[in-house]
Amino acid sequence: MRKKSLSLEQRKAWSGVVFALPLIIGMIMLFLLPLIQSFRFSLSSIHIVESGFATEYKGFANYISLFTSNPDYPRSLTESVVNMIVNVPIIIIFSLFVAVLLNQKFRGRSLARAIFFLPVILASSAIANLDISSFVGGTALSGGGEAGANVLQSFELKKMMLESGMGPGIANYITGAVDRIYEIISSSGVQILIFLAGLQSISPSLYEASRIEGATGYEIFWKVTFPMMTPLVLTNLVYSIIDSFSSNKINTLISQTAFKTFDFGLSAAMSWVYFIVVAFILLLSTALISRKVFYYD
Amino acid sequence: MKLQAARMSEWIGRKSPAEKAKLWTWIIVRTLLILGFCYIILFPLFLRLSVAFRSKVDIYDPTVLWIPRHFTFDNLKIAITATKYGSALLNTFLISSTTTIIQLVACALAGYAFAKLKFKGSGLLFGLVIFTIVVPPQTIMIPLYLTYRYFDLFGAIKLFTGKSSVNLIDTFWPFLISSGTAMGLKNGLYIYIFRQFFRGVPKELEEASFVDGAGIFKTFYRIVLPNAVPAIVTVLLFSFVWQWNDSYYVSLFLSKVKVLSTQLTDMGSALGVEPDPVYQSMLLNTGVLLMMAPLIILYLFVQRYFVESVERTGLVG
Repeated sequence: MRKKSLSLEQRKAWSGVVFALPLIIGMIMLFLLPLIQSFRFSLSSIHIVESGFATEYKGFANYISLFTSNPDYPRSLTESVVNMIVNVPIIIIFSLFVAVLLNQKFRGRSLARAIFFLPVILASSAIANLDISSFVGGTALSGGGEAGANVLQSFELKKMMLESGMGPGIANYITGAVDRIYEIISSSGVQILIFLAGLQSISPSLYEASRIEGATGYEIFWKVTFPMMTPLVLTNLVYSIIDSFSSNKINTLISQTAFKTFDFGLSAAMSWVYFIVVAFILLLSTALISRKVFYYD
Repeated sequence: MKLQAARMSEWIGRKSPAEKAKLWTWIIVRTLLILGFCYIILFPLFLRLSVAFRSKVDIYDPTVLWIPRHFTFDNLKIAITATKYGSALLNTFLISSTTTIIQLVACALAGYAFAKLKFKGSGLLFGLVIFTIVVPPQTIMIPLYLTYRYFDLFGAIKLFTGKSSVNLIDTFWPFLISSGTAMGLKNGLYIYIFRQFFRGVPKELEEASFVDGAGIFKTFYRIVLPNAVPAIVTVLLFSFVWQWNDSYYVSLFLSKVKVLSTQLTDMGSALGVEPDPVYQSMLLNTGVLLMMAPLIILYLFVQRYFVESVERTGLVG
């Protein structure tokens, strides 16, 4: 009887709660409570005892020792932040460029797309990345000519750019990107997908109108395609930043502190500092970019 | 002279050679770029493949470039025994496929609730979902481990069994529980994808189904879900692949049960004393190839579907 008295809107709202119930339970049990607990741990030292674990309040001692007496932490933190700042812009520019390329009509396009998304499948694991370095060392013997040619190439490129009056900083940056091309390609698979989906959603009438007005391809890219892509640049920026942090040294350091030396408190403090840095970078970069974002509504 | 000039300009007007030249240069540049990038992506894969079948003699033979001269399955055999490939593959497959399906259901339900069945606080909850994407998993690593190590579902287990807690480490339960509650690997992203997609489903479709007497749940699984195939395929593939490659949760929750990704990290020590580091890296490479092989085979079958569906997911919407 009670069911009859509910309006459709109310029924919808209630079934919304039912639909989201697993999520709500999970959110509390596996996210919010652990988050609070982790913060408490970071302020204390933890011992495993017979029936569970005991905590002892230490205040900010963990945080202080992190920066004063820990040899590895500040170094790997700055290293991963610097890596992120260097890589993310390249990844975004590269994936936008590739998405524009793959969006054009040419023969074998579906094959090219399939190949470009292969890194999404293969390189998303830390292990695949981990092994590439040792593996490249192993093949330097058999494919040695390859690596040699590569070094020579970017050297020439650098000389060329320096001679054409480019600042050495920019020249170094670009040649560095060229040298790390595999790393960049393999970490921009999802971003290419997102950009490509965005390019498909731009209405053809916009392009038609600008063609009729006499715009060149170059102008169309900067005046039509690029502004329409800016919301996705924001999305991809956030994704790339999170992704670049998901596989780096600092994660291994945190895990090792927890499960090799069993210093849970210190490890929790590490992860909180790390989280705050990530959140700060995300906020800063989204604040910077979102002022330039253009919404077509 | 005049005639010739007129003819010339007519020819230029008709054929516009400058335009054509520009077009063709662009086509050539584009083709070169695409070929180059494809080469960079495929090169390591082919190299791995070629190295995997080489015998020890071939490593130091500079004349062997691609085709191994002494073709051998020994590397493969050693790698298979060192990683206990059979059982590890089975475990990985079990974990990946079950979590994928459970996650799909949980995330689709939650995504539909966020898109169409708004309730009080659903905005806040969605904000929290986005927040889970941002928080590094390491931040809640230890409490999560302890939650499963001393598991007691808000005290319910103590009530029924009398034991204070259950140890769920080294079972599949942590994966099942976290994917069932949409808190597994990158599930925030999947919820986001589903929400974006379901928002694009026309209201009229649902209303028609309500008018015809279907309930909300029936509308969801008979009308909305069959229309959401692109989103489902994307989430299926992503979650399967990421779970397969994941080493973080697996090493957190499983220490005795072996799966491919943890086996691979331990493979170096499992090989025993190998005096030749180059040969050892060759064996490791074979191991990586063994781990990737099922994914590549899977990708060969679903790739066309995947590439098409991602474009239609409304990921961007």
